[in-house]
Amino acid sequence: MTSEISAEQSARKRALDILAAAPAKVLAERWAAFGEQPAHQRIRGPETGLVMVRGRAGGGGAPFNLGEATVSRASVRIVTGEVGHGYCLGRDLDKAEVIAVVDALRQREAGRVDAEIIVPLEELAAASDAKKRDEVAATRVDFFTMVRGDN
Amino acid sequence: MYVAVKGGEAAIANAHRLLADRRRGDRSVPALRLDQIVEQLGLAVDRAMGEGSLYDRELAALALVQARGDLIEAIFLVRAYRTTLPRFGYSEPIDTGAMKIERRISATFKDLPGGQMLGPTFDYTHRLLDPSIVGEDAEVPAVRGVEDEQAPRVTDLLGRQGLIEPDGELPEGHEVGDLTREPLDFPLNRDLRLQALARGDEGFLLALGYSTQRGYGRTHPFVGEIRIGEVEVEFDIPELGFAVSLGRVRVTECQMVNQFKGSAKIPPQFTRGYGLVFGQAERKAMAMSLVDRALRAKEFGEDITAPAQDEEFVISHSDNVQATGFVEHLKLPHYVDFQAELDLIRRMRAEFEGKREAAE
Repeated sequence: MTSEISAEQSARKRALDILAAAPAKVLAERWAAFGEQPAHQRIRGPETGLVMVRGRAGGGGAPFNLGEATVSRASVRIVTGEVGHGYCLGRDLDKAEVIAVVDALRQREAGRVDAEIIVPLEELAAASDAKKRDEVAATRVDFFTMVRGDN
Repeated sequence: MYVAVKGGEAAIANAHRLLADRRRGDRSVPALRLDQIVEQLGLAVDRAMGEGSLYDRELAALALVQARGDLIEAIFLVRAYRTTLPRFGYSEPIDTGAMKIERRISATFKDLPGGQMLGPTFDYTHRLLDPSIVGEDAEVPAVRGVEDEQAPRVTDLLGRQGLIEPDGELPEGHEVGDLTREPLDFPLNRDLRLQALARGDEGFLLALGYSTQRGYGRTHPFVGEIRIGEVEVEFDIPELGFAVSLGRVRVTECQMVNQFKGSAKIPPQFTRGYGLVFGQAERKAMAMSLVDRALRAKEFGEDITAPAQDEEFVISHSDNVQATGFVEHLKLPHYVDFQAELDLIRRMRAEFEGKREAAE
């Protein structure tokens, strides 16, 4: 689904992906530190609903419905007119609304938003992933074959 | 004659009040917080979430506390909660090949690209109760600095050589079935079966899977791969015109590789069963993959001789919320039904006595 999107869309997607993955507390801190918080008007939500998560038979075959997940979303218009959308797993309405405002603001100030919010969040996520990866790697089995003695 | 019986209101209200008291227990013991349950009873949370068919760890933790730890009651609460929320839509299918792996093992291949990682497993523990863990901080995990490495699904590796059947496609244009939207109509397609199994009762599926191993619908299984970890959930946003990630969910996937099958047209190849479950739920994913394979008997022209191969039997009884509803309704007042039965048996007894006297 994401194969034919423009570079601009792809950067917006990346930002939204990182925002959704961010722990709510960390995102709220980053956002509070950002300073400029544009006034905004709610277009839709914030609201919580369900998304049916799909898997694929055998991992890569026909899709099937695995089960639902709670999702919160919000759409806002900031005072300068840009419209932003926020989606994230869970029931945190504030988080969805902050994502929407950041998404809207990013359309006007991509450079600053990326530098002060998106990139730091991405770095935190990468560090957390690397830590988990290294912990899991320590449980990797190094198989060796016992050499049979000659006598 | 229908007789309405009233009079239980005060008893019910007081029973619920007593339940709340007993749930809380001794007030001198600190009350549980949800984050304690999420963090320290994670696999119970995962089970409530998986069989409740709703990914939300905090809600599942709340359900567990409210249910006093009764898993089926907790699952029931989670299922009831989901009916209160609107459905935004369907996600893109998750890509388990791109999983952030926390555990990955194979019983069929020793050397795998990406390696075998035991992860946080109960395997190889001594199953000795350890009082020292109570109230103690755990040691920090060991680390081994590595680079990110691809870990393709084992079945993809074997698949490239054509020795194993493909992942399992359904005909072009097939609309994905959803048992939360339409009632089940047997026979089912595999997509609906997988949905039902993914939310099915672990104990029931475990017993059925075990039965196939003991000879009731034997399928000669090997664990091709089990992997546990987080995957992105991508959701198409109409307002944006592209899909974004909503975040990650943890899932457990089991690829069971089974006895081969060939025909005039298809050379002999391994067949497969598939298990995919929310959270860390290895036993459930394994049981699901065994039952999935057993339920494909008809597809492979196998004789249907065992319970695990009987689709209608398995799927109609795999849901523990339905099962508990029907079993537990037996304790609700059946006074009028029972009165009718009582009248009937009295009449039958009178007839029986009458006949016996006549014969004497």
